[in-house]
Amino acid sequence: MVSRRLFTQSAAGAAAGMILTACGPKRLYEAPKDQLKARIAEMERKYKEELGKDIAVSGAGPIPGVHFAYALDISRCIGCRRCVYACVAENNQSRDPQIHWIRVFEMEKEKGVDFSHADPYYNPAEVPEEGHFYIPVGCQQCENPPCTKVCPTGATWAEKDGIVVIDYDWCIGCRYCMAACPYGARHFNWTQPTIPENEINPNTHYLGNRPRPKGVVEKCTFCIQRARNGRYPACVEVCPVGARKFGNILDADSEIRYIIEHKRVLVLKEELNTLPKFFYFYAT
Amino acid sequence: MHSRAMAIVPALCGLVLLAADGTKPPVVTSPSEHLEVPPPPFSDGIFPCSNCHAGMPADRHRRELTAMHTDIALKHDETHRWCLDCHDADNRDVLHLASGEPVKFDESYRLCGQCHGEKYRDWRAGVHGRRTGNWNGAKTYLLCVNCHNPHQPRFHALAPKPAPRPPNRNMK
Repeated sequence: MVSRRLFTQSAAGAAAGMILTACGPKRLYEAPKDQLKARIAEMERKYKEELGKDIAVSGAGPIPGVHFAYALDISRCIGCRRCVYACVAENNQSRDPQIHWIRVFEMEKEKGVDFSHADPYYNPAEVPEEGHFYIPVGCQQCENPPCTKVCPTGATWAEKDGIVVIDYDWCIGCRYCMAACPYGARHFNWTQPTIPENEINPNTHYLGNRPRPKGVVEKCTFCIQRARNGRYPACVEVCPVGARKFGNILDADSEIRYIIEHKRVLVLKEELNTLPKFFYFYAT
Repeated sequence: MHSRAMAIVPALCGLVLLAADGTKPPVVTSPSEHLEVPPPPFSDGIFPCSNCHAGMPADRHRRELTAMHTDIALKHDETHRWCLDCHDADNRDVLHLASGEPVKFDESYRLCGQCHGEKYRDWRAGVHGRRTGNWNGAKTYLLCVNCHNPHQPRFHALAPKPAPRPPNRNMK
């Protein structure tokens, strides 16, 4: 027995579904494998045409049984910003206008973790500065991400391995997600991004660091092009004090699990119930 | 894991050294699994130490060095220790533990771990210090001495990279 209301609802749903499939390019994450391949080949051809350079675009999917998490040792970070610039180089962020996916906040030890007294523009001759500590903030890769829920086009979502990604072809630049993100982790390309040609990283992923057009939002993807290849993100490898840790939270022997089980751990804005997979900890 | 207590009273090493005098224990590698580490950061041309020390009698008396190695300023619990508490007088090309057991320079973490047991455990677990490579596979560790000068282990301050540009409030 199908009620009249249920019937109209499912009929409307089916119609909407048919319209969505009928027009425009299919969203890549739900596209069949061969379609994804064709789209990626098309992307690579366009990059070659526009940039005169071979850009390899990977379509690697999530690894089964893997859920990525990150941990940052607040007791070690000295605020040197090596991570910020390693991220810019690896992920093809615009140099002018300047986009940084990582922002390092300097805070006073006396005030504790307090973003209302934090300074991202500190610039002494040497760090760490006496009486200060540092908290780098990027995308927190929430398990319960507010940003994906507000997207009107479904251009941003959480992948099965926990990485929140953006499909730049579907982003219409409305910036709702930037308003929804409580961490200021998303950044908008107000103009055509510029990167010196010899500094473009040609190893890219279609949901990550491939060169972006004007008018789309971008953010940290845990270096999806490296992580899904088994490698550490660029910021982990560059950190001179080894404050940055990365791994599979489902693996009981991983560094991440050791930290969560043995160290004092906190997440930012816990009260918002965003469930970040970016943990801050104190090793000492 | 790795919960063996590593803290051994450093004062013991003097005694062990005296007892071990004359007899050279064999150099054994650590019983643990092989760790991929970069070579220790020796100053140019300084290793092997036996190049110079071979044939030189060992002076085991604690003193300020004046003839050689004057560039080394020990700031590492220097009131309680000096060279031969870590460096081996019988085989100059190795270090030794408090027990007298010789340790090669590329396994120096075992020596450091005697006092810094908590850091050593964290390092073995991959939580202390930088790692490069694969989160799910082969990793390269760094030796303690790749980041901390063993003679002055405090981590030195660095010049920060440029601050981000503040937003432009006068955009056309």
